Amino acid sequence: MSLDLKIDGPDREHRPDHLAQNVLGHEIDRPDGWLKVKGEATYAAETFPEGLVHGILVRAPGIGRVSCANLEDVRNMPEVLAVVRDERLLRNAAQGGANEAPVQGVDTAEYVGQPVALVVAETFEAARHAAVALTVEIDGVEAPVDPEAVVPEEPDNQISTRGDLDGAMRHAPYSIDVVYTTASMNSAAMEPHAATAVWDGEVLTLRGALQMLKFNRNELADSLGLPPERVRILAPYVGGGFGSKLGISADCVAAAVAAMELNRPVRVVQHRRDVFEVNVRRSETRQRIRLACDTQGRLTGLGHEALVSNLPKEEFFEPVLQASYFAYAAANRDLRLKAARINRPATGSVRAPGEAVGVTVFEAAIDELAVKTGIDPIELRLRNIPEKDPDTGVPFSSHRLEATLKDGSERFGWNERDPAPRQRREGEWWIGTGMAAAFRVNMITPAEARITLDGDRATVESDMTDIGTGSYVIFQQIAAEILGLPTGKVDVRLGDTAYPPGSGSGGSFGAASTGTAVWLAGMEIRRALAERLGCDESEMTLRDGYVTHGNRRVPLADLVGGGAFSGHGRVEPGDAQEKVRQATYGAHFAEVGVNDVTGEVRVRRMLGSFSAGRILNPRTARSQCHGGMIWGIGMALTEEMTHDRRDGHVVNRDFAGYHVPVNADVPPLDVYFVEELDDWAGPLQVKGIGELSICGSGGAIFNAIHHACGARLRDFPATPDRVLAALS
Amino acid sequence: MKIELTVNGTARALDLDPRVTLLDALREHLKLTGSKKGCDHGQCGACTVIAGGRRINACLSLAVMHDGDEITTVEGLAEATGGTLQQAFVRNDGMQCGYCTPGQLCSATAMLDELREGWPSHVSDDLNGPYELTHEEVSERMSGNLCRCSCYPGINAAITEAGAAK
Ligand code: FES
Ligand code: FES
Repeated sequence: MSLDLKIDGPDREHRPDHLAQNVLGHEIDRPDGWLKVKGEATYAAETFPEGLVHGILVRAPGIGRVSCANLEDVRNMPEVLAVVRDERLLRNAAQGGANEAPVQGVDTAEYVGQPVALVVAETFEAARHAAVALTVEIDGVEAPVDPEAVVPEEPDNQISTRGDLDGAMRHAPYSIDVVYTTASMNSAAMEPHAATAVWDGEVLTLRGALQMLKFNRNELADSLGLPPERVRILAPYVGGGFGSKLGISADCVAAAVAAMELNRPVRVVQHRRDVFEVNVRRSETRQRIRLACDTQGRLTGLGHEALVSNLPKEEFFEPVLQASYFAYAAANRDLRLKAARINRPATGSVRAPGEAVGVTVFEAAIDELAVKTGIDPIELRLRNIPEKDPDTGVPFSSHRLEATLKDGSERFGWNERDPAPRQRREGEWWIGTGMAAAFRVNMITPAEARITLDGDRATVESDMTDIGTGSYVIFQQIAAEILGLPTGKVDVRLGDTAYPPGSGSGGSFGAASTGTAVWLAGMEIRRALAERLGCDESEMTLRDGYVTHGNRRVPLADLVGGGAFSGHGRVEPGDAQEKVRQATYGAHFAEVGVNDVTGEVRVRRMLGSFSAGRILNPRTARSQCHGGMIWGIGMALTEEMTHDRRDGHVVNRDFAGYHVPVNADVPPLDVYFVEELDDWAGPLQVKGIGELSICGSGGAIFNAIHHACGARLRDFPATPDRVLAALS
Repeated sequence: MKIELTVNGTARALDLDPRVTLLDALREHLKLTGSKKGCDHGQCGACTVIAGGRRINACLSLAVMHDGDEITTVEGLAEATGGTLQQAFVRNDGMQCGYCTPGQLCSATAMLDELREGWPSHVSDDLNGPYELTHEEVSERMSGNLCRCSCYPGINAAITEAGAAK
């Protein structure tokens, strides 16, 4: 049996508010936290199947036809078991949700760094030595690597126009027409992508560093030419993903092919330098923003045009305009995305694909308009909040932007700010503050989960992953709430394709999708328990392992009796998607210091106020927000993958060259949640939170830089050289 | 080469290829996978262990250089320190994915000792301690341990709480 739900309309019951256990919305410890602090959580490269051997990926040093002249010599090196040059190896990682094999092949390298061989040896040291010894020759071809130097594609479905933007720009009392750029960026999760493959002659079992197992299983099966039933994937703990582990990566297929060929378990771990090249990165963007408004700051024209890039044959293009469709009202609009096909490493989803860079830039441009009109930036935004979705005309399911702007502004002390730039100086430092709004689309995707109730102990199972987001604890809380159990009585098992297919971790949809499936599974059990009691499930109270109905109170274990109860839940998106526009909103505030002598920018404090539906666990939700805000610091100040002008290779492909924020880059952060129960978000009223906080945070920092020193930077990141140039 | 390490209080005899790093000796040969490999060349701190009382990047050190050394890894931390810091990490959500966490814990344990012993840092006002456990000092001294999940607020809160409890 299964309790299925298609989200077609609003749910006004708000059942979680009428349950008795009272664990939802509380700061409960992560059950996996204890394993993690003791070093007992095992990641993708941390099991030791009998006979395990090690594989190292070898990457192409150029673009063109690939040959390996000394292949046989390397095969004969001590302890070397195989040099795999198999056409099934992946060119780059699969895109999120691909559900089929990505581009494969090793004969031609289409970007510098493409995996072209796997060297397998008895030990890691021998494999590494042999991998270095393998000579890879390239018969080079000219390939475009500069997105600005090719004629971009203009996909029809990426253009949306209305009215006459050019006319609006000509006639408006205030307008801006500016071009911003953002850098090529990398997820750089701390756990390098890794796979341990075991082949028993029938079934291929792979422990991987992956985010969306139900898709990954099909991708791997398709890549190998196996039916999906003969592939099992495990990923109980994943050391961060941020989009880079949405689809199967080169290590997975390489390990599987080698394991099947050698009949030995094979582990392949990407070197940190592989991580920067062979998976997916965030596309660099060039964004032109045009804004026109009347004397009151009401937008009459809005243009957002973006250029992004990807490798040939990839379908993904960074959806830069995603929030621009609905963020602000303007009668005359022109939105268009252009896509350059170039031979740099593949682009794909990185934390909040689209809005992370699109909102960040747009919010910086809005600040320029605010300065030009002399209207307070918060007030300017408030005057342009649309009544309904400006693109489709449908209503918003819930819209809390105004509340977050006001809440954040008050807590940050925005009103004490002198709006004039370049007013506050402390020694060498110019001090200033800035703000930005946050927007992120909200999604629910198909998901299933199962709960087994045995006595007074429940087990939740789904192939859903926890990539640090807190899946383990929130599912524990949801199951505990609906079944009336202390959280300690609920075990959560995730990350195994043997369990019902969850949503996977991506697009901030995990909590709402798989969480709702867990809820439905619990509801099915509740109903079965009520039936046994002879009442409606809403008439009984489940709490602390007891069932109360009228004046009867029995231990849950007694009611369950000898046989276990099983519940299965399945949720899928429905008509609600068309009936309303659903999103999450927030407001970012930042204070920065800009060094007048060195051009260094330091963030001194940051505050975010967010609305993202029911907050299941404020502690883990806050951590997600911290993460996004800090990624905004990285995007604004330090993160930039530099591509060689001649062949597009990643120049700074490690942590010494690619600077993610470190502890000392991060000031004290304040995070607040504005209450929101969005009826269109399913029975739990839960929305996504993992990405919202990166959308716009870098914009707040850029705006603060302008307020501090009077210089307007339009190229992310604001490295000291750029700041110095802007200061002079 | 034959060496002996005392890992978390237990003597362990090993016969290793001289190319094996201390990190791989722990992870692959002793199957103590608590210490993590984030970059394998000294840029992330995920592999931090305590050797002879000092925090080091185990990936930057060959195992054979540690013959006779005492090594504490995350697996032995609770026993060695009472687990206050680990509890504080769980309570303050000093982790998300948990991959950097063992390195953060080992690093913070040794860092608190350095602070108590009066070692100055880049942000210290003068070269002679004592030094306070301020936000600035903690974040400066912990900047060799990257956390891409960006749990720095939780990590610092946990360290401050555990440091104050000592
Ligand atoms: S693994 Fe040793 S510093 Fe990164
Ligand atoms: S918790 Fe994921 S890298 Fe620190």
